Amino acid sequence: MVDETLDPVANRRVPFIVTALKSFLLLRESWVGMIGAAIVIFWVLVAILAPLLAPFDPLATLAPLQKPGAVGPDGAIFWLGTDQIGRDILSRIIYGCRTVLIYAPLATLCAYTVGILMGLTAGYKGGVWDEVLSRTSDIILSFPVLVLYVIIIATIGASGTNIIIAITFASAPGIMRIVRGLTLDLRNRDYVAAAQTRGEPTWRILLVEILPNARGPLIVDACLRLGYVTITIGVLGFLGLGLPPPDPDWGSMIADTRQFALVFPHMSLFPSIAISSLVLGLNLLADGLREISLRD
Amino acid sequence: MNDASASTGTGTRPILDIRDLCISYFTRAGEIPAVVDFSLKLAPGESVGLVGESGCGKSTVAMAIMRYLGTNGGIVGGSIEFDGRDLTTMAEEDLRRIRGSEIAMIYQEPMAALNPSMRIGRQLMEVPLFHENVSEAEAEKRAIAMLEDVNLPDAERVMEAYPHQISGGQQQRVVIAMALLSNPKLLLLDEPTTALDVTVEAGIVELIADISKKFGTSMLYISHNLGLILETCDRVCVMYSGEVVEEGTVNEVFDRMRHPYTHGLFNAIPLPTADKNSRPLVAIRGQLPLPHQRPPGCFFGPRCDFFVEGRCDAQPIPMTGMTSPTHRVRCIRWEEIDWDNYAPDRKEREPHPPGEIVLQVEAMRKYYPVHDDSLLAIFRGDTTRQVKANESLSFSARKQETVAIVGESGCGKSTFAKVLTGLETATDGKIIFGNTDIGQIAVGDRTEGQLSSLQMVFQNPNDTLNPSQTVGSQIARVIRKFGVESDPDKIHDRVMRLLDLVKLPRDFALRRPRQLSGGQKQRIGIARAFAGNPSMVIADEPVSALDVSVQAAVTDLLMDIQEEFGTTLLFISHDLSVVRYLADRIVVMYLGQIMERGSTDEVFSPPYHPYTEALLSAVPIADTRVEKKRIVLEGQLPSVLNPPKGCPFHTRCPRKIGAICENERPPVHDVSDQHKIACHIPLDELKAVEPVFRLASDAPSAA
Repeated sequence: MVDETLDPVANRRVPFIVTALKSFLLLRESWVGMIGAAIVIFWVLVAILAPLLAPFDPLATLAPLQKPGAVGPDGAIFWLGTDQIGRDILSRIIYGCRTVLIYAPLATLCAYTVGILMGLTAGYKGGVWDEVLSRTSDIILSFPVLVLYVIIIATIGASGTNIIIAITFASAPGIMRIVRGLTLDLRNRDYVAAAQTRGEPTWRILLVEILPNARGPLIVDACLRLGYVTITIGVLGFLGLGLPPPDPDWGSMIADTRQFALVFPHMSLFPSIAISSLVLGLNLLADGLREISLRD
Repeated sequence: MNDASASTGTGTRPILDIRDLCISYFTRAGEIPAVVDFSLKLAPGESVGLVGESGCGKSTVAMAIMRYLGTNGGIVGGSIEFDGRDLTTMAEEDLRRIRGSEIAMIYQEPMAALNPSMRIGRQLMEVPLFHENVSEAEAEKRAIAMLEDVNLPDAERVMEAYPHQISGGQQQRVVIAMALLSNPKLLLLDEPTTALDVTVEAGIVELIADISKKFGTSMLYISHNLGLILETCDRVCVMYSGEVVEEGTVNEVFDRMRHPYTHGLFNAIPLPTADKNSRPLVAIRGQLPLPHQRPPGCFFGPRCDFFVEGRCDAQPIPMTGMTSPTHRVRCIRWEEIDWDNYAPDRKEREPHPPGEIVLQVEAMRKYYPVHDDSLLAIFRGDTTRQVKANESLSFSARKQETVAIVGESGCGKSTFAKVLTGLETATDGKIIFGNTDIGQIAVGDRTEGQLSSLQMVFQNPNDTLNPSQTVGSQIARVIRKFGVESDPDKIHDRVMRLLDLVKLPRDFALRRPRQLSGGQKQRIGIARAFAGNPSMVIADEPVSALDVSVQAAVTDLLMDIQEEFGTTLLFISHDLSVVRYLADRIVVMYLGQIMERGSTDEVFSPPYHPYTEALLSAVPIADTRVEKKRIVLEGQLPSVLNPPKGCPFHTRCPRKIGAICENERPPVHDVSDQHKIACHIPLDELKAVEPVFRLASDAPSAA
């Protein structure tokens, strides 16, 4: 006790997990954010616990065209029915969740890394750097997004990595614009001038003095963008540009079953609900975060 | 002017009568009482100053009078009677009719009060058109007449202009004209000159002081600057932590102040008539209590030298009347304290002999090319123009000396700081610092030694520290970067010692900037600047954004540390009072050029450069004994893009002698070996000029 009051700086670092938890607890203030967080956490848990939760093998052909609640051959129940080749829809949704929750964050992260680097450079360096980077992203942004995806995937082929590349290519310019705007404001702060008069290298000014102070709006935007990317992955799957079959993928599940939609609506209904609930959760979470950041 | 105040309370009905007003804000954390028990009577035609530091609730009172408290604020007690009607219970509809027509408000930022997309004439004409239903022609006539009344020359041109086309001082005059057009009974002014330059401020203050005489309007003037209150008001209320602690006529409060807080305020402000050796500042210790953590009894108790336990903290302190009917104070010990023989512990400072020359600036120029891509410019084949931010600067600074660079905004003082720190490079000339010419070396090419020996303290406390890093790690970074220490434990030790040095608790090292007050952030900024053992520190307006009581403490701290380390201090400021207080030598700049330089005493007494003379006379002084010459500069600051030929000051100079000022560069008079004045007026004539300041008791010759 005595030591602590004398020199509280001795235990210098507060563990990151503690600060992260603390900022998460702030979310309690916003019930919208809490609902969003609950939905997102639900899907994350489903993805992690997929082998325990899924009643069947998602790839196994059991009994085709079963309605929800039908009883299977060995007495097990198809809670959400089966698809046209007899695979259990519930199990496919549960496993398909893994695909989305791996590729969506990964693609968003890649897009952010590229967008942030471009935005910081354009905003801080200005001049020719700014012209080149801004015009390049203007060109990319002038394409309709869907056309861009089709062109890229059709050129380099459909695979997990290529989905990430396509999404990065299409979203980085938008992120770059946000980061550039924030950088233009932050680079005139006195603490940046202080770092400059200390002779700090440019990369350190960008990553230590500027980027951390732009994090508020970026975190909110990242949540929203994660939602868009989730939709995008669904759309790509629907268009047949997603992961190659037979891996369960929400988008391709809807695409494959759309000709049966009138007779067997459950086959495309449940994957659709899965996608929209996850996107809704992410958007609500973003709203909650924004609400909190505006309040302080 | 004092007869108006004598009638307060009796006789005529007050225009504004605030009784026991309590205002609270409601937040997540609960109710925050911003104003507790505020009473004020304002007679017709009277002007009352409301003075106090930020957070004392003075702006909240003004907002409450307008009933603009926002969704989370509310009046929880008391009444505000305006012209016999209670504003606190009035319906929205009736309030709207009163706002703008019977009560008008003038804010700090004139640009925020004007619609940028409307011509000024239109905005002014709207007032009589809306409130009095007059004809267009009549409204225009009134608008022009009012613009002339607020001393705007060329009223017709201003009517046609958009707000951004006129200067800040002119904008504020337009805002005042707009407020007066509806012929209000009450005018609320919330720091109306804080955003303006001193010489511009002087003109506005003169105008405001005239308003109540000319129009019979009552005024509530809110300011943190006691000097401005003295120049504009009849009575003054001093606020502290949500309540009035002392009120009375200006003379009563300024000459016979009885509340310890008022005393503290006066002791904490530098006067342009006194320097650090003759009248050291005394800061008020401690901090303003947070609204929900006020101490029991007297709110000033914990910071007061006369606090008596059991009496001062026993029960809430009421306002008590004193011998004069208008003078009241919120202190139960006002009769016991012997103010005449009260001498706070003032630190004596020895003037130190100047050391060897550390910085030598020789004919330094800094021009910025400006690209004009307009068709006209391309047509003329003249697409680049030069902004002459610094023109032939020459001066030197010695070891352990404080050199102040004084001037209004746009005079090039900050550009000079940028060139010195290497963020920009000089166009021409030399800056010799430690035997090398660093004028052409950009910051990236400077050696570690050159970087560490030249550090900077910044102006804005909210901007000076990186908000996402702890205070300790920011200081530690400087130590590590400049290789003062490399061992983590030693770095930690040095951070602790630096915190001690700037008189902050050691556990602040773990705090983030948002957990600190403005003054504390500025102290950390000072600690950071001194962490690398610099031989010279540039301080760019380091205290101008702080409250008066904090200013004194930070100024003193800066001087203490400078003395301890023998550092040369280059102090950039527009505030001549602070400069008089701490500088050894002064450089006066105008439009990028040096007008006058010399030791502090030389600059503050004749012969003056006419610009220095105008600057000095523009400083508001919170001392009734000082008489000063009134010089209000005509016109506005010329643009640096198109500076006047000859002497840059000739467009506004009250002592201009003729065509020579417009055509030829002024010669430099050597008054003494350090004191130089650049002016066409013969030195003998300048020497004959009367001093700007005179103590009422002094004979005119003593200066």
